[in-house]
Amino acid sequence: MSAPADPARGSAAGGAPVLSTAGLQIAFSGRSGRAAARAVDGVDLEIGAGEIVALVGESGCGKSTLARALLGLVRPTAGAVSFHGRGLVYRPRDLKAFRRRVQLVLQDPTGALNPRHTVYDAVAEGRRIHTGSTADERDHVAEALSRAGLRPPERFFLRYPHELSGGQRQRVAIAGALILQPEVIVADEPVASLDASVRGEILQLLLRLRDDYGLAALVVTHDLGLAWNIADRAAVMYLGRVVETGTVEEVLAAPRHPYTRALLSVLPESSAGEQQILAGEPPDPTRIPAGCRFHVRCPVLASGAAQAAGVADRCRSEDPGMLGGSPGVAQVACHWAHAPEPEPAEWAGPG
Amino acid sequence: MKQSTPAGATGERPAPATADAGGRYLEVDDLSVSYRTAGGEIPAVRGVSFGLEPGRKLGVAGESGCGKSTVALALLRLLPRSARTSGSVLLDGEDVLAMRWGRLRAVRWSGASIVFQGAMHALNPVQRVGGQIAEPLLVHGRADPAQARGQAAELLEQVGLPAWRARSYPHELSGGQRQRAMIAMALACRPQLIVADEPTTALDVMIQAQILRLIDELVAGLDISMLMISHDLSVLAETCDRLAVMYAGRIVEEGPAEEVFAAARHPYGAALSAAFPRVGDPASRRAPRGLPGDPPDPAELPSGCAFHPRCPEAQERCSRVDPLLWPAGADRSAACVRVLTPEQERAAGVPPADEGGGADRGHTAEPDPDGAAPAQARPHPQEWS
Ligand SMILES: Nc1ncnc2c1ncn2[C@@H]1O[C@H](COP(=O)(O)OP(=O)(O)OP(=O)(O)O)[C@@H](O)[C@H]1O
Ligand SMILES: Nc1ncnc2c1ncn2[C@@H]1O[C@H](COP(=O)(O)OP(=O)(O)O)[C@@H](O)[C@H]1O
Ligand code: SF4
Ligand code: SF4
Ligand SMILES: [Mg+2]
Ligand SMILES: [Mg+2]
Repeated sequence: MSAPADPARGSAAGGAPVLSTAGLQIAFSGRSGRAAARAVDGVDLEIGAGEIVALVGESGCGKSTLARALLGLVRPTAGAVSFHGRGLVYRPRDLKAFRRRVQLVLQDPTGALNPRHTVYDAVAEGRRIHTGSTADERDHVAEALSRAGLRPPERFFLRYPHELSGGQRQRVAIAGALILQPEVIVADEPVASLDASVRGEILQLLLRLRDDYGLAALVVTHDLGLAWNIADRAAVMYLGRVVETGTVEEVLAAPRHPYTRALLSVLPESSAGEQQILAGEPPDPTRIPAGCRFHVRCPVLASGAAQAAGVADRCRSEDPGMLGGSPGVAQVACHWAHAPEPEPAEWAGPG
Repeated sequence: MKQSTPAGATGERPAPATADAGGRYLEVDDLSVSYRTAGGEIPAVRGVSFGLEPGRKLGVAGESGCGKSTVALALLRLLPRSARTSGSVLLDGEDVLAMRWGRLRAVRWSGASIVFQGAMHALNPVQRVGGQIAEPLLVHGRADPAQARGQAAELLEQVGLPAWRARSYPHELSGGQRQRAMIAMALACRPQLIVADEPTTALDVMIQAQILRLIDELVAGLDISMLMISHDLSVLAETCDRLAVMYAGRIVEEGPAEEVFAAARHPYGAALSAAFPRVGDPASRRAPRGLPGDPPDPAELPSGCAFHPRCPEAQERCSRVDPLLWPAGADRSAACVRVLTPEQERAAGVPPADEGGGADRGHTAEPDPDGAAPAQARPHPQEWS
């Protein structure tokens, strides 16, 4: 495998991250006097060269908003997005150059492709826009298609989206991103609209692109199985914040945050003990609770375990704070997980 | 129940599936649907039979295009005009396919309702969510405007949305929030049968768990029957009593949900279930598994077993034998030649695994004059055990 040193640690050894955020906040102003929605509320996140990072969390927690910010599609309210250590410049010309190197792959390949464009045009389009060049275009399109697993590529040149299966369409969308030879792709739920059988194939493709070409990826998903299948690191997001990060093994096989544990417990066919279906109002970014933002739904606080550990008051009044984004260190934003005594309850393990 | 030989009695339609029709709210028998298109007839569903008792849940799984949604739409006669349907769909003893228009309308509102896949397109973008949920209650005179507003708020809370979301427009909700609003709409008239086509596919695990628990409570508490369609075998295994796996318009495996998921007898069922990683399982770490190839074009089905071009366990005879839904263990059935014992092979006229001959007796979709071949997708679990 020609992957960067140790894929499990991504860029930990390799120094500066490719893409990162620092103290990132994005608020959408409220309509008619309602409070602003703090969709992203202080996130430090790093994606190293050749690293696959999974950003997981429930619907509405701000994953897509964060992903859009990483692509320069939304401007931060506070904090910054950096590419190779340099802050993004939100001028059309700079953004265009940036987006060449950081490409987006969307959830629904059907919606992303123009039904009247052939596969060839769909894949070539990005390059024409970004380079204004059609030199050697055929070769580039063929190369991108075969990297995306559509071989022999010529067979697909003149097909239209409706003549392709869902998996093939997603491969075309990925080829369209690959033609610019980006360093990072940001994939927002890249397989959510695909069948399980096809899903495995696309995930294998993302792994192969990393292994063969060192392509880094941020994969946004609420599918923990996907993270287990392909990611090196996972960041669990709750109500605008990353509340737990670490390697996939650390976060998904030995979770420390009560929210991560709850997520794992409700996976269908999970063996991680009793289901902890979180009740109460789903997170609302216009009304982020004081103290730990998870405290109103936290099973550890509700069960008295936080009280027993002597942290219950802090849960209600003190924000556990933001996590640093650097890879290589497992981190958790939870008073209880950091409490020295008693030991956090035995974790039955998801598998 | 009426006995029939494994191959079906001569000249007679074989007895209905697994049990007596009595007590079943829904009874689907030999349902076939084809779409007429410019390019010819597309056989989307080819002889599907199943039944459903009140308070029970049947899961239907399979890749996209295998005919799941077509079955769902056929149950309430919601198919487009281009569709041709045969067989029967009994809802509480009445044949939906033969109902008059007025009766059908009544049934669609209070007898059965459908939760469609793709909430984005099903919601009206310019109407507030609460109004859309209250609408069926008002139209059917079940509530006055104030009551309907109250019930809409209750329904929203039941599916995990705060009541104030009633005033939101669909675009103000996240993807998952919109899908929940859709489910609230389907619950509004308290139907007896809910057909849920990919009800939780766009939802995250936590909301999915809430919705599945909600569905569980409704089905058990109100004796609602539920047909749940999903490509996610793990969700169906967790939620449903029984599981039917479809491939190319047919049911190819049927049985108790947990058993089918844990140990499928049909190679397609097995491949589908392997595609769901278990978090924490070292075998699936950095090793996503899929099933290569695409499902067949229904207009150009492969000969013999429709799965044979993709089947990792295909044998030489598989391109000639079109397998029926045969018994495959207690209360289970599978449409695969591998589930047959040699005696069963002989009785069904299936050529043995290693023998080249018998092509003349190979089963195709054409009816065999002996009545040995045409019973498709029809379980006879008791008869051979
Ligand atoms: N343009 C907008 N105006 C107001 N609120 C918004 C806007 N876009 C997103 N939001 C709100 O911000 C929060 C985060 O939304 P986002 O789309 O990032 O969630 P997500 O984690 O991607 O969810 P999903 O898994 O459902 O896609 C949600 O509460 C959403 O309602
Ligand atoms: N209105 C239609 N006209 C023609 N073909 C259709 C129509 N609807 C579905 N089909 C075809 O019928 C088959 C089954 O489709 P569908 O029931 O939607 O499958 P599923 O829900 O399992 O994905 C597919 O091959 C599909 O292309
Ligand atoms: S800080 Fe307290 S409330 Fe927050 S997750 Fe930890 S235990 Fe729960
Ligand atoms: S009949 Fe043959 S091709 Fe079909 S599923 Fe069984 S082994 Fe595979
Ligand atoms: Mg999103
Ligand atoms: Mg469908």
